[in-house]
This record gives sequence, C-alpha cells and structure tokens, in this order.
Amino acid sequence: MRRISVPLWLGLGILALLLLCAAAPQLLWPTDPLAFDFAALTAAPSWAHPFGTDQFGRDMLARTIAASSVDLQIALFSVVFPLMIGTLIGLAVGWYGGWLDAVFGRLVDLVVTFPFLVLVIAIVAVLGPGLVNMYIAVACVGWVAYARLIRGEVMVQRNSDYVAAARVLGYSTARIVFRHILPNALRPVLVYSVTDMALCILLGSSLGYLGLGAQPPTAEWGVLIADGKNFFTTAPWITLFPGVAIVLAGLGFSLAGDGLADLLEVKR
Amino acid sequence: MNRSTWLLLRLLQVIPTFLLIGVAVFVLARLLPGDIVSSMLGERASDAAINRMTHQLGLDRSIGAQMLSFLESVARGRLGDSLAFHVPVLKLIGDRLPVTLLLSGMATLIAVAVAVPMAFVAALTANRWPDLLIRSVFQVGLSSPVFYVGLVLLTVFAGWLRWFPVGGYGDTAGEHLYHLFLPALTLALSFAAVVMRSLRASILQVLTAEYVDFARAKGLRGRVVLFRHVLRNALIATVTLVGLQIGSLLGGAVITESVFAVPGVGRLMVDSIFARDYPVIQALTLVLAVLVSLALLVSDVVQMWLDPRVGR
Amino acid sequence: MNAPLLEVRDLGVVFATPRGAVHAVDGLDFTVGAGEVLGIVGESGSGKSVTLRAIPRLLHANATVSGQVLWRGEDMLALPAERLRRLRGGQVAMVFQEPMSALNPVLPIGQQIDEVLVAHTSLDGRARRARAVELLGLVGIASAAARLAQYPHEFSGGMRQRAMIAIALAAEPALLLADEPTTALDVTIQDQILQLLLRLVDELGMALVLVTHDLGVVAETCDRVAVMYAGRLCETGTVGAVFGGPRHAYTDALLRSMPGTGTARERLVPIPGQPPRIDRPVAGCAFAPRCTHARPVCGTERPRLTDWAEGHASACFAADELGAPLVGAVA
Repeated sequence: MRRISVPLWLGLGILALLLLCAAAPQLLWPTDPLAFDFAALTAAPSWAHPFGTDQFGRDMLARTIAASSVDLQIALFSVVFPLMIGTLIGLAVGWYGGWLDAVFGRLVDLVVTFPFLVLVIAIVAVLGPGLVNMYIAVACVGWVAYARLIRGEVMVQRNSDYVAAARVLGYSTARIVFRHILPNALRPVLVYSVTDMALCILLGSSLGYLGLGAQPPTAEWGVLIADGKNFFTTAPWITLFPGVAIVLAGLGFSLAGDGLADLLEVKR
Repeated sequence: MNRSTWLLLRLLQVIPTFLLIGVAVFVLARLLPGDIVSSMLGERASDAAINRMTHQLGLDRSIGAQMLSFLESVARGRLGDSLAFHVPVLKLIGDRLPVTLLLSGMATLIAVAVAVPMAFVAALTANRWPDLLIRSVFQVGLSSPVFYVGLVLLTVFAGWLRWFPVGGYGDTAGEHLYHLFLPALTLALSFAAVVMRSLRASILQVLTAEYVDFARAKGLRGRVVLFRHVLRNALIATVTLVGLQIGSLLGGAVITESVFAVPGVGRLMVDSIFARDYPVIQALTLVLAVLVSLALLVSDVVQMWLDPRVGR
Repeated sequence: MNAPLLEVRDLGVVFATPRGAVHAVDGLDFTVGAGEVLGIVGESGSGKSVTLRAIPRLLHANATVSGQVLWRGEDMLALPAERLRRLRGGQVAMVFQEPMSALNPVLPIGQQIDEVLVAHTSLDGRARRARAVELLGLVGIASAAARLAQYPHEFSGGMRQRAMIAIALAAEPALLLADEPTTALDVTIQDQILQLLLRLVDELGMALVLVTHDLGVVAETCDRVAVMYAGRLCETGTVGAVFGGPRHAYTDALLRSMPGTGTARERLVPIPGQPPRIDRPVAGCAFAPRCTHARPVCGTERPRLTDWAEGHASACFAADELGAPLVGAVA
C-alpha cells in the first residue's frame, strides 16, 4: 500500500470543506443567503460581505456557500444513476459476451461520435430545462462509459481461477457475478466515478449558466454566475467567487480521483 | 492487407456510422417522453392545428415508416424548416457552421501550440519544479468551466483593458480572427490541458523505450533523438486522443459561443432550445455527430501516416 | 603489450530506487585490447548488461556511476557531452539484446542507418545511401537496396538483429559492445549471428565485448573472459586458462553445473540457492552463502583480485584449492 500523496490530501481537504459548506452553511457564515440588504446593493467585498453583494444586496458568500449543497447533489446524482445502470449492463455484456457484446461495441462507437454536452443539451431540450431532466439526460448518455469499464473488468475476471472454482462448486450465475465478480470489478469504476464527479460539476454548472440546468431562484454556482454576468465589468465579484467555488470543487474531485487511482494502483 | 485497402475500408466505415447516427437522432427525437407537437405549438393550440402538425410531421404513421422517411429525407439533405426563422434548417446551419469551424480550428491550433512544448518541458523535468508548475497550472485549467474562463477573459481583456471586442464576429477575415481570438483562447484552455496531460504521459513512456537508448548509443544529437525518435512516437497516441476530444471541443464551442455572442451553430443550438425550434436542434445534433465522426476519420488517417504499422 | 583500447577501473553503478540504493556494479576492473574479443558472463542480475551500458554512459538519471572508463587513455565518464556523442556510435558502437524494441518502429531501416552516417561522417546523400546498401550486404541481408525503405516490423527476427549490427557498424567503430545479441533469437539464427560477429571482427579489425549468460558462446567466440557475480568481477583471463583451470569457486561451480562435455550450446543450469540481494553492499564474498568451498573469512572480508598467471586473475580465498583442470572441461 502506498502512502497518501500530497495532491490526494489536498483533494480530500477541499472535498471536506465542500461537505461542511453543504451540511452546515450557517456554521461557516451565519448571514441568510436570501436576505436583501438594501443598504448594500452591488457592494464590493468588505468585512460585512467578504464576497460582496449582488444587485439585490444578497450576500455572495452566503449564496456561494448555500449553492454548494446543490452542486454536490449534481455531482452525486449525475454519477450515481449512470453508475448503477452502466454497472448492470456492463455485467451482462461482459458475462454473456457474444452478440450482446457486438451490439454494445457498435453502441460505444456511436456514442463517441456525439459530443456529450450536445447530446445532453438535445435531450434536455426535448424534456425541458431543470435539474431532474438534466439527471435523466446525463444518465441516458453517461452509463455507456461505466458499462465499458465494468465490461472490461468482467472480461478479465470471467476467465480467472476463482470464477472457475466457484463454477465447479456449483454456485449460481447470479451469485458468482454479484458476490464474486462485481466487488472486484467495482474498484476501478468507483475511482473513475470520483474523477467523473469533477466533470459533472463542470457540466451541471455550465447547464445552469445556460439556463438549462438548475433554475433560479435555486442557488447553484452556474446560476449565480449567469445572474451576475451583466455586471461583469462593474461588479466582477458577483461572478468571480461562485466561479472560484466551481474551480475548487472540480480540483477537489479530480485531485481526489487521480490520487485514489495512484493509491489503489488502478490504471486509467 | 495493404495500406490502401485499410484506408478504403476505413473510408467505407463512415457509411454505416452515418446511418447509425441518423437512426440515433431519430430515436432520440421520437422515443423520449413528452409530446413534441403540443410543446411545439404551445398549450393553447386547437385540436385541428395539432392534427395538422401531427400529419405534417408524419407522426401518424408507423415508427418504422417514420424512420425510413426520416433517413431518406436526411440523405436527400432535407432537414425541414426552422420553426423560428422559417428558412430551411440546412441553410441556417450552413451559414453558421463556418464560424464554429473557424473557432474550433483556432482553438485546436492554440491548444496544440501550447500543449506540445509544455508537455515536453514537463516530461523532461518530470517531478521537478517546472513539471510540477506546468501540471498544477493545467490541472486548474482542466477544472475550470469554459463559461467561467470565458467570462474572466471577457472581463479582463474586453471589459477593462479593451484589447478585444466584447463579442460578435465582425465582417472581414481579419475581423473574424480578431473577434474569435478570446473565444478560441477560452476553448483552448481545457483542450490544451487534456492534450498536455496525455502527451506528457506518452513522452515519459517513450523515453524509457529501448529505441531511444539505442538512438543515444548511435551518437545522435539530443535534438535529433528528441524530435525524430521521441516526439513522433509520442504524437501517435496523442493524435488519437485529439480526435476523440473533438466532441468535447464542439460541446465547449456551444458554451463559448453563448458567452461571447458568436454567431455559430453552438449559439444557434442554445437559442433554438429556448425558441423550441426542434427541427434545428435535431439537425444540429445530426450535423455535429457527423462532424465528430469525420474528425475521427481524419485522426485515423493521420495516425496511419505517422505509424507505418497501422493497416499492415 | 600496448595500452589497451578500453580500460575499466573500479567501476561502480548504484541505482536509486524507491526501496533504497541498489549496488548493481561494484569495483569492477577489466581491459579490452584492439581487435580482442572479451566475453562478460554471469547470471541474470549479475550486472553484466548494466556494466556494458555504463561504458558509453547510457544509463538513466537514476543511476550513479563511479570509477573510470578509459577510452585510449581518456575517461569517458568525464567527457563533455559533445565529445561523448561523437564517440558513441562512432568509435564505440553498441548492439542491443532485443532488435524489435531497439529499432524505432516508425522509421524505415534506411533512415535508421542514414542518421548514424549523418552524425559521424561527412558523406553526401548519395554516398550515404551507397554505404547503407553496402552495410546491409555486409551483414548478409539480400536485396539490400529494396530493404532500405522497409520498416522493422517487415523484417524477421534474425534480419532485424542483422540490421541493428549494420547500424552499429556504420561508422566503422573500433569497439563493438554487444549486449546478449543472440538471446532473443532462435537457436539456428543465434549461431549465424555469432558467426557474423566473428567474421566482422576479423575483417574489420574491431574489438568486441560480448555480454552473455551462455558459457558455450564464450568458449566458441571469445579470446578472454570476465566472470561476474552480484555486480563484482570474480575471475578474468584467457578462455583457455579460465575454463581449463578456474581459480574462483563460482566459475568452478558454473562450469561444473554444465552438463556433458563440450556441449557448447547449453544454457547455464543455476547453482543451488539464490543470487544475493544487492540492495546493500555485501561484506565478504558475495558468493559465500552458496559456495561449497566457503571459509569463515569469506563471510567477513572481501577477496582481492589476485594474479595467478599472466592475464589470469581471480578474487577468491579458496583459489588455492582450485585451479586443477576440470575433467571434460568446455575449452
């Protein structure tokens, strides 16, 4: 077992901070994110409002902290559903192979020709903007990557000695697949899912910015930036700090993902 | 199999790929939940209008017949009319596509021009400070959403310094380049990060190859070893990666064009969503997928040119 | 005797690894005269290939090399980069073990020969091409002119090794360093390549250092031999003297472990026990734990290299017990 590296510590530290923001926003900064301070409209950062205020006098620090729970939720839900669907399909494709695998191969070829964001946007366009529809769209496209990873792992393990032994012992297919193969196949997939969360935060905030993801008044970093974009020359702090939060979150997840991959010696 | 056969087969492969793209776009449009006709016409449309639209779109026929007629009209280049602009969709896209292609091309050039030398410096100083610095900077680049990078560049270089226009496209070729510079830079950042990361890893791997030691044993100059023996082999893996990244690049173009008000197909796509202009969305999805599959084709051909082992 | 072409003095190589320093080569001395064929033998991990790569400074940054490598009296380890570059592939050429991985897969063979000629000669393009054809002919590759445009994957294993030898010979080196040049090849091809090397040594008056774990190859091809164990030199001398009357317990055991009489093509049968770990310097003789002649002193004190006859030296406390001709020895 290798030592936990500096980038991994950094990534885990950032993620811990985000979790704290999401779990106990009042603890970090007690100001109400929805309270209007008419004495300080579009105010520059100060001791009272470290991140400044927006055009309604809402405290940007409180809003940025409040948004973290939505963005963490985006990271989680944009990964969990593709992960579950992809795992089940990947297990089936990897275990049975044959024509199922051939069809899956063509599907993978097809999916790489569609720009991920364009496909998600197209699906959201049909379903209508909003977070739930965004999760559906991401799940529709995202499962393929997970299924591909799981398939590869299952293919390797299917021919291993312990699977042969389990077969000789007369275990059922379901038991072999779920009790023996799945736990081994899942490790690289879970590591990948951490890196994927970084991409999902970027995707979710981008859709929020375009108006296709989280809808105002939900505080979400991309939405906050979209709110402030008309003031970008006069009050850049409105857009600056939520953006820094996105970059930090993205860094946190990708450092943690890369660090875990190194630590657990998972090849990427 | 010789190389020209390989090339021919690879070229022929685009036919089933295009067909599958067409089927996928059709399935996407028809099988998703939600009633397209009523969302196109709005809540208060009359039954007669709905029936007329349903018939006009051919939605009253069987799914198989609809798919065939859809594929046929796509093959004939008939993608319908825009509901918002009342012009043929293809004309709408054709006018805007060159803008997006120019933007993506500029972004690719900038990304490669930055990433290749940086990857070399990083790989040759692996785990020492230049490498750590370069990797840290690109790691931040990789974690920055395109729209945010765009807004920051816009604020600083267009808003405060006024070196560049706030958006738009201009009228002459020179103006196009000038207007697209900031958007291309925005788009290039995350692209460069991906290329740098992959190329650095390839270079590190190639540096341990026996043929590099043998090249040194032959008494070649360091420059020759680096460019003839290391770079060329490291580029082979990177070319494939760049091809696969064209999809993300076009996705990024959608966002960048929205931030900088660039009149390309990306901005058209976002505008069409809010205008509920479904024929345009459908056609754009199709066109962008075809573009990506062509990019993959080009990267395969370039790889064949770089690597004599391909296709033998 | 003239000054030797190559003189290696007290060569040491230490690799820095995550698990600590590894002493791959330790206090190695040997010489190579002009036109001479020296065999370096040892088991895998004995440091023989590392020694060979240390001579033209091909080891990577994780290796620290100490001692001296004198080329016609000049220390290659202290040579400025540009002088070293001219020596490499010019006067001192090298052939690697695996021609498949040592030849660049994306460059035609012709270019891989040509770049040596560009680096070391002032020939023009046409002359270089003629020379490349001549070189391929020299190493026995038929229809050489057509072969120049081909890539390594279009050559067979034996042909690739011939091509690599042609590359090494391009600038007419005075010394060829060959790192197990036949290990990756079929037995019949091995023989052809060895015969080729010997013929070239004769025709071109080149010296050859041949690293191998095959005693039969040494017996067949070499003038002198150096036996290595755990990064150290055990014994050196003419092939006749060393194989006829070994003065080191390891050489002795090595020769005895070979089955039959004069079966030159057998690989080494390992001696009981494992070669020592070299992640820390061994206090006494490295072979002592496996040695049937071991004495108390062998575990504590390092044996010095002692001359037994003109050009025959060994580092063994039990040398006086040895030296008798082996019954049915190889040479």
